[in-house]
Amino acid sequence: MSFVKLTASTLAIAAVSATAAAARDQVQVAGSSTVLPYASIVAEAFGENFDFPTPVVESGGSSAGLKRFCEGVGENTIDVANASRKIKDKEIAACAENGVTDIIEVRIGYDGIVFASDSSANSFEFTPTDWFLALSDKVLVDGELVDNPNTTWADVNADFPAVDIQAFVPGTKHGTREVFEDKVILAGCEATGAFEHLLAHAEGDSDKAKKKAAEKACIALRTDGKSVDIDGDYTETLARIESNKDGIGVFGLAFYENNTDKLQVATMSGIVPSTESIATGEYPVSRPLFFYVKKAHIGVIPGLKEYAEFFVADEVAGEDGPLAEYGLVADPELADTQEAVANEAVMGGNS
Amino acid sequence: MTDLTQSPAGTAPEPRKHGGSLLEQTPRTKRRNAAEKRFRGYGIAAIAAGLVMLVILVTTIVGKGTGAFQQTFVTLNVELLEAKLDKKGERNIEDIKKVTTFGYAPIIKGAMTAVVEELGIETGLKAKDLAGILSKDVAAQLRDYVIANPDQIGQTVEFRFLASSRVDGYLKGRVTRESIVNDKNISAEQLDLVDALAAAGVLEKTFNLDFIFGADASDARPEAAGIGVSMLGSLFMMFVVLALALPIGVAASIYLEEFAPRNWLTDLIEVNISNLAAVPSIVFGILGLAVFINYMHLPTSAPLVGGLVLTLMTLPTIIISTRASLKSVPPSIRDAALGVGASKMQAVFHHVLPLAAPGILTGTIIGLAQALGETAPLLLIGMVGFIASNAPETLADGLLAPNSAMPAQIYEWAKRADPAFYERAWGGIIILLLFLVTMNTLAVILRRRFERRW
Repeated sequence: MSFVKLTASTLAIAAVSATAAAARDQVQVAGSSTVLPYASIVAEAFGENFDFPTPVVESGGSSAGLKRFCEGVGENTIDVANASRKIKDKEIAACAENGVTDIIEVRIGYDGIVFASDSSANSFEFTPTDWFLALSDKVLVDGELVDNPNTTWADVNADFPAVDIQAFVPGTKHGTREVFEDKVILAGCEATGAFEHLLAHAEGDSDKAKKKAAEKACIALRTDGKSVDIDGDYTETLARIESNKDGIGVFGLAFYENNTDKLQVATMSGIVPSTESIATGEYPVSRPLFFYVKKAHIGVIPGLKEYAEFFVADEVAGEDGPLAEYGLVADPELADTQEAVANEAVMGGNS
Repeated sequence: MTDLTQSPAGTAPEPRKHGGSLLEQTPRTKRRNAAEKRFRGYGIAAIAAGLVMLVILVTTIVGKGTGAFQQTFVTLNVELLEAKLDKKGERNIEDIKKVTTFGYAPIIKGAMTAVVEELGIETGLKAKDLAGILSKDVAAQLRDYVIANPDQIGQTVEFRFLASSRVDGYLKGRVTRESIVNDKNISAEQLDLVDALAAAGVLEKTFNLDFIFGADASDARPEAAGIGVSMLGSLFMMFVVLALALPIGVAASIYLEEFAPRNWLTDLIEVNISNLAAVPSIVFGILGLAVFINYMHLPTSAPLVGGLVLTLMTLPTIIISTRASLKSVPPSIRDAALGVGASKMQAVFHHVLPLAAPGILTGTIIGLAQALGETAPLLLIGMVGFIASNAPETLADGLLAPNSAMPAQIYEWAKRADPAFYERAWGGIIILLLFLVTMNTLAVILRRRFERRW
């Protein structure tokens, strides 16, 4: 009859769990896989230096993390969402609908996005125009928009070698994709004049709607296999490049710096990406990284405020801190962020 | 029709070409024999192909993974300066705790400078770069020691520190002088220093127990990461699976097999159980998220929830194997028990179940092994990420505190940027495979030892 005993004890454990679940004692974080390494470094150091347990950091992407963040207030929802982009108005509205109203936005620093090819392959010096001409759905030829005819990099720019275009770009669930579209494809679109052409022919009621339509048309990528969306992590992009030496992938700066033996980085508009060139703003393709804190959880979940303050402390997120060492570009306005976190200043102005 | 029946049947048989000798084969027999030989050849080729793949798999895993079991350590004498660690000198634990791990950097730099001077190594590196060959875990190790032994402040203590992942990779051949040209984490001068320290015996590569028993570490210090905590997570999940799936599965099978009437309803249940066994495991993850976390409000990332989800996944396997072993007990045993006046329940529990037990046990172990290697459902209930960092202290902690599982930890390592994590992922696979092989061997032994054939 030991089965009966086992079952009974399991049920008892389950019953205990229901009550114990009401007392969570570690901070729970989820979100962007770009922020994950930084968050895990901070979580580890936080666990070492404070009497609180090490926070739990899950990944899954900025959108997925913010979605979970906005599920509501309570012990079984996450406290912090990491994001490699700013929270959208739509998401703030979704949050408010579920009772998550006071959100503290914390900018931790900047991250560079680099273009890299296999270390044994050709090296490139890109401009946004090159990327637009290589990957856009439609390009301007003799004043007419036509389906992208370019098949090799030499077609795009006569200085490039005649190798097939094969790009591995982050999938749409990644925050990185948005930056890639904004800072590279859209910039190239405007530089080639395709944007003006699209704007002139755009349909819409207002100028704003027309502009939006033109932008949307600009960032449409070709679907003939030359551009491949990678929904996984950078390791997947790396594996694709290792098996296809002509491939060029989009990576985070920190990932590249950990794999300099396998990858060679391309310059963008003549600038080599590095924490320095990103900090000065010379290297064009960078974006801020954020995390969002539920104010309602401060004081309920032990260590939440301490974690947020520790994250942006000088010795962590500052220029010589472990995050900068790993590849984060320190935020020059870190002092303001520290003050905002200390005051628990929520988004929208009122604290 | 064979040749044998053919020849006497024919009234005017063709004369046999070979005179009907038994020693000489007819072309037909030759063809048949050749066909058999070919078929045997195909079979052997199929087995050989399987074996070759197995050998490739095992050699790849062992070749890539064994590195994770060794780690480079540096033995250093560290002077625990009172001026840095306890300015007031009162040995008040609260004051000592105020010194964060960042405050230990000068002490580590000092210890490295001292050893370089003592050994007379010529190097142009600054103190910060000297300390750069050590793991970032060192500061935490020192701080833990000082907090545990505040009386040692002011003394010089010998420590065994982890070297950084690049240095470790250099000793293992993963990192070479050519590959670090663009690497900002380590320089050629630092590798010269590593060579000198290794020659002096201060730096050496030894077996790394911490990989098997340690906790996960962040991206900045892959050398400190271990699989131990997630192993505990897996263990607790298996407890939950065993405690739930075995009684429920066996009870369901006994009822269905011995007591339930044969009608459309039981047929429907039977078909559904078979279908459930074929459902992709991620579906159970979604179900677990919806039911256990969103509806029942159990904590996320908890091994209890993981165990519940895996129980759902394992149940069909256990039910199917239990029913098969109950069926294989001959009806004469039941009839004999019923014949001497036993009740149906007595017949089942006293006679049928003990005879079916080996089969049930085998099915359960195989079901558990399957559950142990499962990652997909754990993705959805928050068990993948930087989670396995706190070792559980109590039983309730083990079930409810966030934890990962071995396959989830391996998956997590495989996608991190530093190549050192990749090595650890392979090492984790070795450990996971050892568990699976042990469990499957146990299942085979139990079956061999106790199974009865009628």
